[in-house]
Amino acid sequence: MTEIKRYDLEYSQLDSDRMRINVGPQHPSTHGVLRLEVEVDGEIVTEVVPHLGYLHRSFEKHCEKMTFPQIIPYIDRMDYISAMNNEWPYVMALEKMLDVKVPEKVEFIRVIVAELNRLANHQIAVATFGMDAGAFTPFLYYFRDRESIIWILERLSGARLLYNYFRVGGMAADIYPGFKEDCLEVVKKVRKTNEEIMDLLIHNNIFIKRTANVGVLTPEVAINFACSGPVLRGSGVKFDLRKDEPYSVYDRFDFDVPVGVGEVGVVGDCWNRNMVRMKEMEQSCRIIEQALEMMPEEGDVTGGVPRRIKPPKGEMYIRTENPKGELGFYLVTNGTDKPERLKARGPSFVNLSVIPEISKGYMFADLILILGSIDIVLGEVDR
Amino acid sequence: MLPGEIFTKLKNDFGDAIIELNESPNSDPWILVGADQLFDIFHTLRDADEFQFDYLMSLSGTDLGENLGVVYHLYSMTHRHKLVVKVEVPKGNPVVPTVERLWRTADWHEREAYDLIGVRFEGHQNLIRILLPYDWEGHPLQKDYVTPDSYHGMKIS
Repeated sequence: MTEIKRYDLEYSQLDSDRMRINVGPQHPSTHGVLRLEVEVDGEIVTEVVPHLGYLHRSFEKHCEKMTFPQIIPYIDRMDYISAMNNEWPYVMALEKMLDVKVPEKVEFIRVIVAELNRLANHQIAVATFGMDAGAFTPFLYYFRDRESIIWILERLSGARLLYNYFRVGGMAADIYPGFKEDCLEVVKKVRKTNEEIMDLLIHNNIFIKRTANVGVLTPEVAINFACSGPVLRGSGVKFDLRKDEPYSVYDRFDFDVPVGVGEVGVVGDCWNRNMVRMKEMEQSCRIIEQALEMMPEEGDVTGGVPRRIKPPKGEMYIRTENPKGELGFYLVTNGTDKPERLKARGPSFVNLSVIPEISKGYMFADLILILGSIDIVLGEVDR
Repeated sequence: MLPGEIFTKLKNDFGDAIIELNESPNSDPWILVGADQLFDIFHTLRDADEFQFDYLMSLSGTDLGENLGVVYHLYSMTHRHKLVVKVEVPKGNPVVPTVERLWRTADWHEREAYDLIGVRFEGHQNLIRILLPYDWEGHPLQKDYVTPDSYHGMKIS
């Protein structure tokens, strides 16, 4: 009987060739034209290098050649999922520079449309995140519901996605009769669907197995990378500009700032980031309800818009809480009707920069989930 | 802490490297600093107990005509105060020390400022273009930038 010869392989000496894989730029799971150059060791991600710029449209250079009101439609095209929220800080910066007093009713309309847009954004974020994990049904449910939000915004502004609704010192148009009822209807719908999604997706065992303990972002790293929005709050940092640096009339509302607490998995993982968005939707519903209650019936919405916008020389950095995080505009004026410099600090751009840090050591399939949990829009990353 | 107090304290520590405090109307007050001791100044701003600017909100490059400028917007999560710091360097030799080792978010912001404005960040580990193609020539956000006619045989109008 011959002895079977055994080959004892030393695994540490095995040279498993590392492989470089391109994800994107034309791939549905990169949520736009993002290219990730990924180095893998078998199934394990060892390095991620994002390549940006496929959607670069020279936003900042264009702005220097246009008058202030002409810029508003361009700003819509940065984060086209939540265009209402985008316009706000820009308009606010000009109002501060021109010292324009915004009528009370306008402030409430702004809060309501911004929160409606936040709902729509989070619906897309959770829906596509579910799709990344392989759950298709929540996507259909959320897109059905989102349609009613878009319908309201369309009746207000005339456009489904790129609204151009904000004006310096006012709005483009007043609300329509029946606006309140429509909003309350939406709030009811959102709550009902969210209840379903909680059972269907969030507490689904497969979904938890895929997303909990994946892509852990610690609070220290999150702050060092200047993450903001649900990405920062998912790591347990209670920071929301609406609460911590209240602008407009946000100090009058009663709402909470949800943070990741680690009901499942650890704080700062994909599941918790996603959960923060689910909880934020409920808070947005609360704000909308209160704002509808408090909004004055009478008020001139379009009258306060100055004819010529020519702010004095100066510079300002204004930031607001976008659905995706902190959107800041660094506006430098030179006394003419065109800006000297307008830099946009987009939350997607900054939040995306944390990807190489948090995706190392996870499986390749997890990388797609980590990217989905950060919720980026390439229009804002590339500008 | 207000920018005025921070300015006085920094002035005591760094002397001439802290050039001026600008409180012109219609602007957030800013502190202009020299490029030489930039890293040490920011290190103090980040780590000293009284400042603790742990959050770099934004980093922007600007074209000021003769000079190129870099503007840092800082925020402190613990003390909840803000600060704007500016540095100016000549257009002929626009070299600024990197702050990427202090705030890692500065990595991409500095790459963007290099890409669009042309500020060179000394000590940055990977200072390559980020938004434009890697072989693009020139820095488009400079005021005297002339758009090239074509890129790889493709017409640009």
